[in-house]
Amino acid sequence: MSDITQILLIIGLPFIAFLLLGIFGNSSTLLKNSAGIIGTSLMAISCFFAIQIASGYFLSPSHASGEAFSPSIVFKYVWLNFGSGKSIDIGAFVDPISAMMLVVVTFISLMVHIFSLGYMKGEERFATYYAFLGLFTFSMLGLVISANIFQIYIFWELVGVSSFLLIGYYFQKPSAVAASKKAFIVTRFADLGFLIGILTLGFYSETFDFQELIARLSNHQTPQFLAIASASFLGLSALTWGLVLVFIGGAGKSAMFPLHIWLPDAMEGPTPVSALIHAATMVVAGVFLVARLFPIFALSDQAALNIVAYIGIISALFAAIIACTQTDIKRVLAFSTMSQIGYMMFALGVSGYGGEEGAGFSASMFHLFTHAFFKSLLFLGAGSIIHMVHSNEMGDMGGLRKYMPITHIAFLIACLAISGIPPFAGFFSKEAILHAAHQSHPGIYYLGLFTSMLTAFYMFRLYFSIFWSKESKDHSHHSEGTWSMKIPLIILSIASILVGFVPFSSYVSSDGLGLESHLDWMFSIAPVSLAFLGIGFAAYLYLKENDKPESIANSLGSIFTWVKHKFYIDELYLFITKKVIFNLFGKPAAWIDKNIIDGFYALSADITTAVSFSIRGIQSGKVQGYALYFFGGILGLAILFIYIMN
Amino acid sequence: MITMMMLTDILLALKHELIISLIIFLLLFWKIRFDNAHSEILMGLVNALLLVAVLFVWFEPIETLLFNQMFGSNALTQFQKSILSLAMLLISGLSYHWLKNNANRIEFYLLLLSSLLGMFFMISSANLLMFYLGLELSTIPLAAAANFDLEKRKSSEAAMKLILSSSFSSALLLLGVSFLYGCSGTLQFSEMSYALVVSPLSQFGFILLFAGFAFKISAVPFHLWTADVYEGSPVPVTAFLSFASKAAVMFVFVSVLNQVFQSMVQTWFLAISILVFLSIGIGNLFALRQENLKRFLAFSSISQIGYILIGILGDGSQAAASIYYFLFIYLFSNLAAFGVIGIVSEQTGKESISDFKGFYQNNKFLSWVLAIALFSLAGVPPTAGFFGKFFLLIAGGANAYLGLMIFAALNLVVSFYYYLRVVKAIFMDANESPLPKIEFDFTPKIALYFCLAAILLLGFYGPIYEHIVHISKAYSF
Repeated sequence: MSDITQILLIIGLPFIAFLLLGIFGNSSTLLKNSAGIIGTSLMAISCFFAIQIASGYFLSPSHASGEAFSPSIVFKYVWLNFGSGKSIDIGAFVDPISAMMLVVVTFISLMVHIFSLGYMKGEERFATYYAFLGLFTFSMLGLVISANIFQIYIFWELVGVSSFLLIGYYFQKPSAVAASKKAFIVTRFADLGFLIGILTLGFYSETFDFQELIARLSNHQTPQFLAIASASFLGLSALTWGLVLVFIGGAGKSAMFPLHIWLPDAMEGPTPVSALIHAATMVVAGVFLVARLFPIFALSDQAALNIVAYIGIISALFAAIIACTQTDIKRVLAFSTMSQIGYMMFALGVSGYGGEEGAGFSASMFHLFTHAFFKSLLFLGAGSIIHMVHSNEMGDMGGLRKYMPITHIAFLIACLAISGIPPFAGFFSKEAILHAAHQSHPGIYYLGLFTSMLTAFYMFRLYFSIFWSKESKDHSHHSEGTWSMKIPLIILSIASILVGFVPFSSYVSSDGLGLESHLDWMFSIAPVSLAFLGIGFAAYLYLKENDKPESIANSLGSIFTWVKHKFYIDELYLFITKKVIFNLFGKPAAWIDKNIIDGFYALSADITTAVSFSIRGIQSGKVQGYALYFFGGILGLAILFIYIMN
Repeated sequence: MITMMMLTDILLALKHELIISLIIFLLLFWKIRFDNAHSEILMGLVNALLLVAVLFVWFEPIETLLFNQMFGSNALTQFQKSILSLAMLLISGLSYHWLKNNANRIEFYLLLLSSLLGMFFMISSANLLMFYLGLELSTIPLAAAANFDLEKRKSSEAAMKLILSSSFSSALLLLGVSFLYGCSGTLQFSEMSYALVVSPLSQFGFILLFAGFAFKISAVPFHLWTADVYEGSPVPVTAFLSFASKAAVMFVFVSVLNQVFQSMVQTWFLAISILVFLSIGIGNLFALRQENLKRFLAFSSISQIGYILIGILGDGSQAAASIYYFLFIYLFSNLAAFGVIGIVSEQTGKESISDFKGFYQNNKFLSWVLAIALFSLAGVPPTAGFFGKFFLLIAGGANAYLGLMIFAALNLVVSFYYYLRVVKAIFMDANESPLPKIEFDFTPKIALYFCLAAILLLGFYGPIYEHIVHISKAYSF
């Protein structure tokens, strides 16, 4: 089968699932009952082809002979032709990162599809749920293979829309509706930055195509580069503006500080959805985007890349601190996602281009890859726990290890992986990131090291509170969930152990040439022992139920409250939108409308009714007011042009 | 000497006008002969003839100037007239049920078609006098049509407001025309563009004319009639007002500004920028707090006009093309939204946003159509509305002030918020007693499906934009 057919099948099958289940799912009972099976089997085929494409690409004979991985355009269709060689195309192209993302997205999506068979069983809008999953997967895959910035923007928005639908799936719950709206509006603002950014880059580089764009803007001799670097606005070059705006778009989707406020609330969606969207796929879109444009960042604009690095490390640390205080298990996971994405971002930020310099790039992509497995495992594990306990609060759990042995083991593996304990997957990727940061940005390295200790602490706080701590209530009448829920947990657990051994950097690197992956055991001593320290501390506090955590919280006093309320960032935004914007703009506008405009009408009506008795019957005489405005407009323009402008 | 060949050419150049006149005569005879009998056959016939008018777009265009160079015809005018015919056809289809139960349906068609005929003459005008005649012919019947809900006070109020304020604007426009004639000594567009020099008198004349245009497209501060008239008129008339009459004036506005007033480009560039700023800002602020759906759409259409005007700020034919393309897409999004509201309002009398709470529970199809139309109006990809706005901003971005562009871009997000508010009411808000299931005929259903398909697919079909660019390059200026 040719590459085109395979790619079309990979992205087309989820879309077919969406159309089929979305349109007919609720009208035909046959489809409604088998919606899960249909969606899952289509997804399985899609996943199969994705793996085939990726393995075909990575294991190609030309690479074995030492050639660099080069992007291959699978197909290209001219959508709008502007003449003189400029056009907007729709196409697909495969390069190391998109091949990797194809596998990650389809595989995690498949796991979520399978898990949902049991988890969502009995939901009234079961078919709709699978339809939305299909739409989401389709959009995400489309985003990954986009060959030009215009196309990526469309899929970028589609991803936003479909995640809006999935977060708001329980639309009877007001909190779910509010959350989906918040996610949508916050990311809209970021997307606006993205749109302006890509338009700036596209305008100066005179192309929308990624390959050409990168080629023109990363080479400092091209006329396009000279134009964009010399144009300046508010003291920064157009290139910096373009890249920073694109990064803002990415930061919105990836929940980077300070655009992260939607992510914790988005946990209102069904838990498998969180595993798909908020762990493995959509939230890493921002990282993917920066990686996609990485040569421009690295070769042309160190300032923009530094912003990426610092925002990344701030988010990583900030989210880790908050995660230590949350009690809703999904919120802990949400903040830990934000923190891990912060790692990926700063890894890109500290990276250079080509050879050993580019180690950060490979490390970032590696972490994206491993994180997808263990974080979706954590979310799915949380899903089966919530399924059993019917609560998200840690306080309602404890001692669950007896009742859910498989979930227990899976969760433990995932916690070890995310904490960076060898030989689990997270260890390798986190080592690579810290190693990359160590060489160029020691400040970031030490903060990253500290964050990794915090990570181990809050993950094991979660683990001990759920599975150990106090004796549990009697859950023996509940079962651990169906096999369709257990199988994905088992598969993902195995993956979380094994994927770390993939020689990742030899496949995915900034210049496509591949790097020798090496592990410096001496270097690993510090992070691993810090991680054990974090785990030990968590065990000391949470292994048995006691009042130590509370007394620590009390002694920290207001600091603890600050952190627990997520540093009041949400409140700050609320204050700005509700109080400042509403009062400063909305209220005066309403006031002007009510008092001045209406009053003005009333006044003009009073004057004119005396004159115009004949048309008094129509209404209060507002039309005269209209005429007055009309005339005022003319007068204003006339005065402006004839007296002021001349 | 008029040969046979020339006569056919003249007839072909006038084909849109002729077919609309034909329908008008047909309606008059029908009224006299059958009165209200056989109305379904008549409506079918009218729709079929309108469809023919739409399909004229595929005819080989005749490029000519007729009647002492008063009337011009080319591929561009042909395309524009077909768009307007399509709007008329869709409105006729969407309001099928309302018309069937209305005793005065023949008069309804007579009024709207006369107005349409006026628009055709306006679009083809090559002379200010012809333009004025067309403008009046397109406005006066609309005022009568706004009064169509005879038993409703609000409807008569709307009619009075429309006729009073538009006569006011026409009077000032006419004053402007005479000033311009005084300055240039001609009414012919092609001659005027050379004869005009910038002087206070010509500028004042221009501003009066400009205000007349701005009134028709309801740009702030000439917009005050809009909300009241939209609210009071029956929904099909509102739909016609909100699309056809604005689009027709916009078509002429673009070419007049670029063709006739090229020498005053600095004046109108700034004037338009001011209108853009005011229209987007005020339209959005007021749309935020409207309860009635028709008033809501009135204010949101004011802000849409602001975005269309951004397109004018661009360069020549690219600007024109982006506006034509946007209007073409706006046709479907706007009429789909009004279509659903019309169907609901006709059967239940409900028009406010709170009445639409939980609308999805009983009316799945209508809810989706309305939601997708609103998404397209808001410019969310991948609906066609996104592509429309995209090209407008690209065209305008070439010249417009940076601050204005940033303002417009930020306001896109604001507009997003209020469109989403309606979508939220439809899908997510709880309601103990939502609107009941609404049945509607086959004809409106087809029209809605057509709009829906257009909204979802048009953006991805590149050749349409290319065609529009091609004809606007060839014929604009």
